[in-house]
Amino acid sequence: MKTKAEIMDAQAVNRTLLRLTHEVLEKHHGTEDLVIIGIRNRGDSLARRMIKFIKEIEGTDVPLGVLDITLYRDDFQRFSETAVVQETIIPFDISNKKVILVDDVLYTGRTIRAALDALIDFGRPAIIQLAVFVDRGHRELPIKADYVGKNIPTADNEQVKVHVKEVDNEDCVLLIEQ
Amino acid sequence: MNKKTFKAEISNCILLKGGRLVDPQTGLNEKADLLIENGTIVKIGKVDEKGVEGRVVDCKGKIIAPGFIDMHVHLREPGEEHKETIESGCNAAMNGGFTGVAPMPNTSPVIDHYNHVTFINKRSEGLLVDVYPIGAITKGQKGEELAEMGEMKEAGAVGFSDDGHPVASGQVMRHAIEYGNMLDVAIINHCEDMSITGEGVMNESFSSTETGFRGISSVSESAMVARDILLAEFSRCPVHIAHVSTKEAVRLIRDAKSRDVKVTAETCPHYLTMTDKAVKTFNTNTKMKPPLRTEEDRLALVEAVADGTIDAIVTDHAPHHADDKDNDYHSAAFGVIGLETAVGVILDRLVHGGHLKLEAMIQCFAVAPRKIFRLPEVKITEGETANITILDMDKKWTVKGADFASLSFNTPFEGWELKGAPAGVVNKGMLYLND
Amino acid sequence: MQLSIRHLLGLDGVSEKDITIILDTADAMKKVLQRPIPKVPTMKGKTVVNLFYENSTRTRISFELAEKRLSADTVNFSTSTSSVKKGETLKDTIKNIEAMRIDFVVMRHGVPGSSHYLANCVDASVINAGDGPHEHPTQALLDMMTIREKRGSLKGLNVCLVGDITHSRVSRSNVYGLLACGAKVGVCGPATLIPYDMQDMGITVYPHIEDALAEADVLNVLRIQLERQKGALFPTLREYRNLFGITEARLAKAHSDITVLHPGPMNRGVEIDSEVADGPQAVILDQVTNGVAVRMAILFLLAGGRSSFEGVDHE
Repeated sequence: MKTKAEIMDAQAVNRTLLRLTHEVLEKHHGTEDLVIIGIRNRGDSLARRMIKFIKEIEGTDVPLGVLDITLYRDDFQRFSETAVVQETIIPFDISNKKVILVDDVLYTGRTIRAALDALIDFGRPAIIQLAVFVDRGHRELPIKADYVGKNIPTADNEQVKVHVKEVDNEDCVLLIEQ
Repeated sequence: MNKKTFKAEISNCILLKGGRLVDPQTGLNEKADLLIENGTIVKIGKVDEKGVEGRVVDCKGKIIAPGFIDMHVHLREPGEEHKETIESGCNAAMNGGFTGVAPMPNTSPVIDHYNHVTFINKRSEGLLVDVYPIGAITKGQKGEELAEMGEMKEAGAVGFSDDGHPVASGQVMRHAIEYGNMLDVAIINHCEDMSITGEGVMNESFSSTETGFRGISSVSESAMVARDILLAEFSRCPVHIAHVSTKEAVRLIRDAKSRDVKVTAETCPHYLTMTDKAVKTFNTNTKMKPPLRTEEDRLALVEAVADGTIDAIVTDHAPHHADDKDNDYHSAAFGVIGLETAVGVILDRLVHGGHLKLEAMIQCFAVAPRKIFRLPEVKITEGETANITILDMDKKWTVKGADFASLSFNTPFEGWELKGAPAGVVNKGMLYLND
Repeated sequence: MQLSIRHLLGLDGVSEKDITIILDTADAMKKVLQRPIPKVPTMKGKTVVNLFYENSTRTRISFELAEKRLSADTVNFSTSTSSVKKGETLKDTIKNIEAMRIDFVVMRHGVPGSSHYLANCVDASVINAGDGPHEHPTQALLDMMTIREKRGSLKGLNVCLVGDITHSRVSRSNVYGLLACGAKVGVCGPATLIPYDMQDMGITVYPHIEDALAEADVLNVLRIQLERQKGALFPTLREYRNLFGITEARLAKAHSDITVLHPGPMNRGVEIDSEVADGPQAVILDQVTNGVAVRMAILFLLAGGRSSFEGVDHE
């Protein structure tokens, strides 16, 4: 595995995330009934920052949820390095809420399917929308994001890594060749 | 099961060429050829094979010793012929370097009548291996009334035992050794206080603490050994202690011998080479009675064999069908086979291991058992009957139960790599060579 | 970090690392049990056979619930309803069950080593739910989880098992697991119910309950069985209570923050008084809850799951 290119630097990451946040607010005309749930391990960091942006823009507090989808994956035995059980923290009732699900990279769609299964076990939201930072294509399930930070078409042997300060000590998007 | 066949060849004339003759009874230890005609040793010295019309066996590098006897085996016939028969058991003995075996009477029916002894004699006719039946001390081995030992002796029984069970009553045991002394036969007791054994399945020790099994404490054995020694001392009659496994029993026997009490004793290769730590594998071939004991016991037994406190090494060959062993540890039967591993295990671990002299090993296997049974001596001397065990001191081999002549393969030594093996036996004008 | 074991037969030889993985995962599973829908699809399509040769309603229900919470298919096989009563050997029973293609066998059996035997006979993963007085690893793990939850860490804690140590299904696994995790372990009970040379396991044997109580941070009170009177192991339950029962008065002399466990079922008024069992120091019901979480964690981890808090992508 080697890094082929840095597609976004820290500044670009910040700009894109701010734009995504604006798009969500625009679509929902504000923050009423809005909750943001990030998927571990980087979606939750992105979600936390979006909530901070909203506070700056709108002056309101949007509840944050963190979702671990390990127990919902259909492939945890095949890719067991990903099967890590961590805590899911959703300290509020999601019923009748407008849920924005946040993840770093949209790829096959299996993570999102698992996340939807997991979410539904917590209640019945009014609507679930998907915000992803990068869409790299190659879907295996009929899943589409409502908000996309950046579309990055990739080849089979390429991978997109979104790095966030909270986990990786830097903000950037990398194209990796396997 | 596709077993190969084990067959002795009959030969009027056999020349064992180039071996080292070792006989602790005469102090013989020299390289010489040995010529056997019609079952008798006719010449020891240099024999030119060109002049010999018969079987010439190259014994270069091998040891030629008086024939070994296993004085404690279970051949299962009559009653459990799917585990072993007299013939298969004798083949196992022959393949293991023995020219004689003494089967215990805990068959079905129990050998407690001269007719049963006669049956065993009949079944062992024509075999290379001598079969010396042991009769029951009490009728049905129930520990209550004495069996007709006198008549069984007439029919050929060389000793008496309720082996498999102890003679629990002290008074019955006292009468047995007195009556046995009158008949001049060996009285052998399986020393085990069943009230102490209880439902135990392994030695009571740190290993039973770890595994959670019910224990059989060493006192189960040593308490009865003490009783039998006191009975022998009081009645001034000999007694033989079967399969000694504990250091306490060794201490009692050593003390008794030092006071000239007429006690003899035996132990088995597994007690000399294994400990109860092996039970932690839950391999049911570590389950036998008495159970494998601790390292301290093992060391005491090795010392006792070396210094003559323990007279004989026996296998307590106890064949069991896989159905009786391939199960959980409680359900599995007690007992292991040993005829085809005894010589190899003792040569490797004790003789090559530096704990036992070769002469002492021959004493344990060939000399002591005959003495305990009051059988004629077997010597490597011109004019004597040729009853011989040939040992290959250097052969390296791996124990594999499936290759045995025994119908069963419940060996605790499976997979052991050994140096030293039986190379062949000669008896009754017959020859068998290990390949 | 994945478990280094394929079966869970006991805690003898299991590393602190593996135990920590299991307990951390169990903590996460406990959170699942607190959700509105306490069920996840993780083990959909996996089949678990609960093979119980001895009655143990609690352990069986706990396993069954753990399996169902993970969406596994479960089959129960117990001696009262099976061919075992008809004389079938363990091996034949196992071979028959395996021929039906299963992924896990959870077995309770009265004989030490029977789960090792089972693991040698089958391809499925084996979880020992008690092999006689040998090991009962899931019980020890749930005890450890409960202690860790209450006390923060196992390291340096003084944990004392009280009662019939010899025949207990729980004692050995607890000793192995606690020692591996750095706790100090003691046992206390009638001399007739302490196995031979047990101090050689690296633990303290207390002949008197007062001495044990003076040092213990945690008491694990074991069930005393009436039938042991028969083997002349102790005279009466009355005398047992007088000498070893955990009464309110005795507990008052112990550390005030002592934690009391009992694997159940309890004989109130014999090995433990109700005032203690229902008192603030007791965590007996937490043990029951944690039992399900621990068993979920073990099933998940043996199925190939991992537990770690190092960063991993869910790409």
